Amino acid sequence: MTVHLQTRESMKADTGTDERLLQAIASGARPEPPNAWSSTMAFASRALLRIKHVPEQMFDVTVFPIIFLLMFTYLFGGAIAGSTTDYLQFLLPGILVMTVAQITMYTGIDLNNDIRKGIFDRFRTLPIWLPSALIGALLVDVIRYSMASIIMIALGLMLGFRPEGGLWGVGFAIVLVLIFSFSLSWIWTTFGLIVRSEKSLMMISFLVLMPLTFISNVFVEPDTLPTWLQGFVNSNPISILATAVRGFMHGTGTWQQVAGVLLVSAIMTAIFAPLTMYLYRNKK
Amino acid sequence: MKKDKKFLQSNDWAIEATGLVKVFGKERAVDGVDLAIQKGTVYGFLGPNGAGKTTTIRMLATLLPVDAGSARVFGHDLVSDSAAIRRRISLTGQYASIDEDLTGIENLMLIARLMGYTRRQAKVRAIELLEAFGLDHAAKRQVKNYSGGMRRRIDIAASIVVTPDLLFLDEPTTGLDPRSRNQVWDIIRALVRAGTTVLLTTQYLEEADQLADQIGVIHHGKIIAEGTSSELKASVGRGTLNVQLVHAEDQHRARTILEEKLDASVRLGADSTSLTAQADDSALVAESLAEFARQHIEVSDFSLGRPSLDEVFLTLTGQSAEQQQDSGEEIL
Repeated sequence: MTVHLQTRESMKADTGTDERLLQAIASGARPEPPNAWSSTMAFASRALLRIKHVPEQMFDVTVFPIIFLLMFTYLFGGAIAGSTTDYLQFLLPGILVMTVAQITMYTGIDLNNDIRKGIFDRFRTLPIWLPSALIGALLVDVIRYSMASIIMIALGLMLGFRPEGGLWGVGFAIVLVLIFSFSLSWIWTTFGLIVRSEKSLMMISFLVLMPLTFISNVFVEPDTLPTWLQGFVNSNPISILATAVRGFMHGTGTWQQVAGVLLVSAIMTAIFAPLTMYLYRNKK
Repeated sequence: MKKDKKFLQSNDWAIEATGLVKVFGKERAVDGVDLAIQKGTVYGFLGPNGAGKTTTIRMLATLLPVDAGSARVFGHDLVSDSAAIRRRISLTGQYASIDEDLTGIENLMLIARLMGYTRRQAKVRAIELLEAFGLDHAAKRQVKNYSGGMRRRIDIAASIVVTPDLLFLDEPTTGLDPRSRNQVWDIIRALVRAGTTVLLTTQYLEEADQLADQIGVIHHGKIIAEGTSSELKASVGRGTLNVQLVHAEDQHRARTILEEKLDASVRLGADSTSLTAQADDSALVAESLAEFARQHIEVSDFSLGRPSLDEVFLTLTGQSAEQQQDSGEEIL
C-alpha cells in the first residue's frame, strides 16, 4: 500500500534554468525601429528566400508562358492569320500581357496563406511601416514577372518573332507590363485579405481575369468583332496595355498609349492599395 | 493578494482592462472582461476552446479592435496609442507565427531585421537565440521539418528577438510531449525572471498551476473566477480524498464507511474500484482507513490533497474541462 500526500505547491520550484537562455534574454536590447526602406528590403529578402526554398513556385513564370505561347501560336496561327509566323508578330505582345496578368494573382494567394498561418499576426505586432510587408513581396513579384516576360520573348525570337521596335522598344514594353502588373496585384491582395481560402481566391481571380484577358485584343483585332463587343474590348484595361506593348515592340508606340497604361495603373493602385492596407491593419 | 491591488500605483500595471467586449455576429466571444495584471508576473487564462481566451489576447495585442470597454497596456491606451504598445509587446500565436518554408536562422534574422537590427547584428542575435534554445543543430533546416517542440521553441525565440516587456503566449504547449512542454515552461520562467510580464492562455489546468501567479478562469467570454492557484482551490472549499480499492465488490461498503466517517458525499469512480470524497480533517481520514482495515477492505492506493484545478473548473462551470473542450467550438 502506497501513501502519498499531495503537496503540489512544492512541485512548483524552478527546474535548473540554462545560463545561456538567461543571457540570450538579457541581451535582447531594443534597437531603433527600421525605416521603411530597410523593412521593405527585409520583406523582399524573405520573398527571395522563399523562391530559393520552394523553387516549384517558379513554375507559373517559366512553364506557363512557354505552354501558352506554343499552344496559342500553333492552335490559332493558321486559322487567324494564315501563318503561325505572321500571327506570332501579333500574338506575342498580347499573350505576354495575358500571362503576366494571370500570374499576378499568386501575390494574393501568398498573402492569403500568410493570414491563415500565424505569421501575419506577428508582422502586424512589429513596430514597422506595415505597407513594407506587401511592397517588399510585390517587388520580388516584379522580378518574377520580368522572368516570365524574358522567357516568352526569348522563346518567341526562336519561333520567328521579329520586333521592329528593337531592344529599347521591347524593354520599354516590358516596363509597361511590370507597372501594370504591380498595380493589378493590389486587387488580388485586397481579395486575399477578404476571402477565407485560397480556393475562393483562385475562383474570383479566374472569374475576373478570364473574361478580361479573352474579351480583349490579345487574340484578334477588335474590328472583326460585333460593334457592341468592340466597345468593351477597346475600354478593357488588358486591351489598353496590349495595344501599347504591341506598339512599342513593333516601333509604333505612342505617348497616348503610355498615358493610357499609366492612367489605368494609377487608378487600380489608388483604389486597391489603400484598401489593401486598410484591410491589412484591421483584419479580424 | 487581491486586496493589495488597490494600493499599487498605476505604473505597476502591465495591463488594466475594463469591460472588454468582442462580438462576432450573434456570438459574444468576449463579454465584459476586466483584467489587472501586475508587471513582472504571469497571468494565466484558463478555459476550454471557444471560451474567449484567444480573442481577448488578440484585442490586447492590438490585433483586433474592441467593440466595447477600454484597456491600457503599460499605461498606453489600446485604441489611441497602439503604436506605443506594439513597441513593448510580442505575441506567439496558437499557430506557428513563422515562415515554415524558411530555415530557423532565416526566420530569426528576418524578425531581427524587422526589429531594426542591421544584417550583421541580426545574424549574431539569431545564432545566440538558436544556441540558447537548443536549436543550433537545426539552424539551417526548414522549419516545416521541425518537430512540434522545436517549432514551438523557434516561435518563442522569434518573439523574444527583442526581449518584450509583455509577452502574449497563446496555448504555448498545446500538443507538445511532456519533455518539450517542460522546455517551454523553463523558457517562460527564465523570461519572467528577467522581468517580462507574461499573459498566457491554456487549456491545461496543470500548466496554469505551474506557471501562473494569477489565474483567470474564462468561460463563455466571462471571467468566472480569478485568483492564485491556491485561492481558486480554496474557493472550492475542502480537500479531496481519493481511494483506490483492490476489489471492486468492496466499493459500496467503502462508500458507506466514508459517508459515515467524513460526513460528506462520496463519488464512485467509473472503474468501480475508486472513490472520491471531500475531506477536511486528516484525523477523520485516518479513522476511515482504520475502519477499512478492520472490515478487511484492501486499499491499493490513496491520496489526500487539495482539489485540483480540474475540480475547481468542474465546480465553477458544472462541466469538466475536457467535456467543455469537446462541446466548445473554436472562436478566433
